[in-house]
Amino acid sequence: MTPEETKAFEEKIHAFVGRENGPPKRGNDDVNEAMIRHWAEVMGDELGTYTDAEYAAGTGKGGLIAPPAMLQAWSMEGYPMAENPAQDIQRQLHNVFDAHGFTGVLGTNTSTEFFRDLKPGDQVTAHCIIDTISEQKATGRGIGYFIETLTTYTDQNGEEVGKQVFRVLKFIPADSNDAADSSTEDDSPSVPTRITSPRGHDNSWWWKACDEGKILIQRCTSCQTLRHPPRPMCGECQSIEWDSIESTLDGEVYSFTTLHYPKIPGYQYPNTVGVIQLSEGTRLVANIVDIDYETIKIGMKVKGSVEQVDEKTMLPVFRPE
Amino acid sequence: MVKDKAAIVGIGNTEFSKNSGRSELQLTCEAVRAALDDAGLKPSDVDGMTTFTMDSTDEIELARAVGIGDITFYSRVPHGGGAATGLIHQAVMAIASGMCETVVCYRGLNGRSGHRFSEGVSGNIITADAMHWGWYMPSGLMTPASWVAMYTQRYMHLAGEDKVKEALFEVAYTTRQHGATNPAAMFYDHPFDRAEYDAQKKIVGPLKLYDCCLESDGASAVIITRADKARACKHGGVAIKGVGQSAAKNMESMTSFYRDEIAAIPSMDVAAKEAYKQSGLTPDDIDAAVIYDAFTPIVLWQLESWGFADPLKSADFVLEGGLRLDGRLPTNTHGGQLSEAYIHGVNGIVEATRLVRGTSKNQPDKEINHALVTSGVGVPTGGALLGKMD
Repeated sequence: MTPEETKAFEEKIHAFVGRENGPPKRGNDDVNEAMIRHWAEVMGDELGTYTDAEYAAGTGKGGLIAPPAMLQAWSMEGYPMAENPAQDIQRQLHNVFDAHGFTGVLGTNTSTEFFRDLKPGDQVTAHCIIDTISEQKATGRGIGYFIETLTTYTDQNGEEVGKQVFRVLKFIPADSNDAADSSTEDDSPSVPTRITSPRGHDNSWWWKACDEGKILIQRCTSCQTLRHPPRPMCGECQSIEWDSIESTLDGEVYSFTTLHYPKIPGYQYPNTVGVIQLSEGTRLVANIVDIDYETIKIGMKVKGSVEQVDEKTMLPVFRPE
Repeated sequence: MVKDKAAIVGIGNTEFSKNSGRSELQLTCEAVRAALDDAGLKPSDVDGMTTFTMDSTDEIELARAVGIGDITFYSRVPHGGGAATGLIHQAVMAIASGMCETVVCYRGLNGRSGHRFSEGVSGNIITADAMHWGWYMPSGLMTPASWVAMYTQRYMHLAGEDKVKEALFEVAYTTRQHGATNPAAMFYDHPFDRAEYDAQKKIVGPLKLYDCCLESDGASAVIITRADKARACKHGGVAIKGVGQSAAKNMESMTSFYRDEIAAIPSMDVAAKEAYKQSGLTPDDIDAAVIYDAFTPIVLWQLESWGFADPLKSADFVLEGGLRLDGRLPTNTHGGQLSEAYIHGVNGIVEATRLVRGTSKNQPDKEINHALVTSGVGVPTGGALLGKMD
């Protein structure tokens, strides 16, 4: 959509904000013991105050009450809704979204407040409005808008007994090819693993040694200068002859940082990474583990070892000495 | 020498948003058209182009779309935001050497709705520097914020942790005050204070959400032409006095952790020295600045590179209000990339041009004879000194 089209679309959807979703809806049944008992059985929530009239009478409740979570159930449409959905204002709003490509819908969250217990004989009426529509959001599911409806529940005396906010995301579904691709990746480990280094001519020897538990440091055989990360030529004497030494992994923290966000699959957060000054003189970037990150100091002595950090990955890690 | 050989005569931005709803090519066409209109030039006046290697808009596609004719110069500058003033660098050299007369410098990106840089380098990287990133991905050090935080920790250790943290807030605060009064800024009219800053989530190390720049969709373009032609343009010209570019010794892209000291940015030191030498200017001559602000700490280090503060002392300069509109060096008067938009520094060139023209939405009261604009750091970088035409 161009900015002008987006503006026109947003004007259309925002015109719905504050509108009633339809006339107040009185529940098909008044609060009653049979429905309470069925609910309690299905939910496995058979408190005496829901199911045992005699017991309930002896409690502070003074008699049977309905499970608070049933609040929404009292005014639900029932099965006919599945075949013939209500053409209410909310449906009309969703139609506007659908017509502009926002065909995806996802219930994201709901919150409910309960003002008093409902008892058999109470009559529940639901009053629903389109309460808010967010600004446009880029979500993991795609570009979309969050719509919040607010339902206020009243009793036979017009007193409020509870309130519910229900939030849905209407979004443009991301390319459906993505789903097809991910379904074919059945050879990947069940738990995500770390992203490993690409291996090429100039670095595969180093990673192969790491796989075997050793951290090597490249050494120029002409002038003996150590270098890391590895490179094909010595910057001091331009020799292309080299060998390597094994690091003792004694070192100190030259700098460090702790990553909190974004959280990338395969890593534990907070994730602390240090630039380690090795006793041999080169530096190595690696995780610092088993320490409260707020207590790490530059200059702190650390000792490294090469460990299996997940199903597929061997890496050097450092701990305070 | 390049001093005064070329001038910026046109500037253009699209709107900045989280979802432009159109292609990067289209955004770029719109910014280029706006810049040409601003200069009072026709598409057929353009015979050169520069952009980022990272930019997705092909020169010849742009030329066909905008109606630009024969092109005799085109080039691209590598390393993301480090390319920003590199576009000026290329344009000035081409114009000064007679390769072309009028260059359009452009950058357009759907940086929020498309590829987001905050996701780091964890995707499929099949480039020449893939192995370089391989030293950092396994430990998880793979987002721009994390690389900058590694330098920041070291810098705080040497310069004083509490003072530096206060200065980071001051950078975030001042920049967002500027953004709040720039109607084109994504943070326009957004109040911002210490409580808002403190309430946000930690990203990496000392960096919280508001120490990090926006991610945005949009495009910016700048037209540069020969100085003698600039006078005839609609708003005249803003002269390019000097422009430096540098990748200093022992460099890695964003991860130069192997230098003798990492609490500094030697590439910008070299670029600054070069730009001052070309222009004959000194820090005292610079009246305002647009300093690349992908993250708050990188503003501190650049103040040191350009001589506004001694090494490790820029927090004092900032805490004295140096970046504010009435301060020594009004900085990022458009709201910077922290709060106007993240167009890889090219929107900064647009703002620096406005400062010299006297048309910023937050124009400082004093006369702006010379303004500095810089590129992204951590990568090979650069900076340009702009000024009134003689």
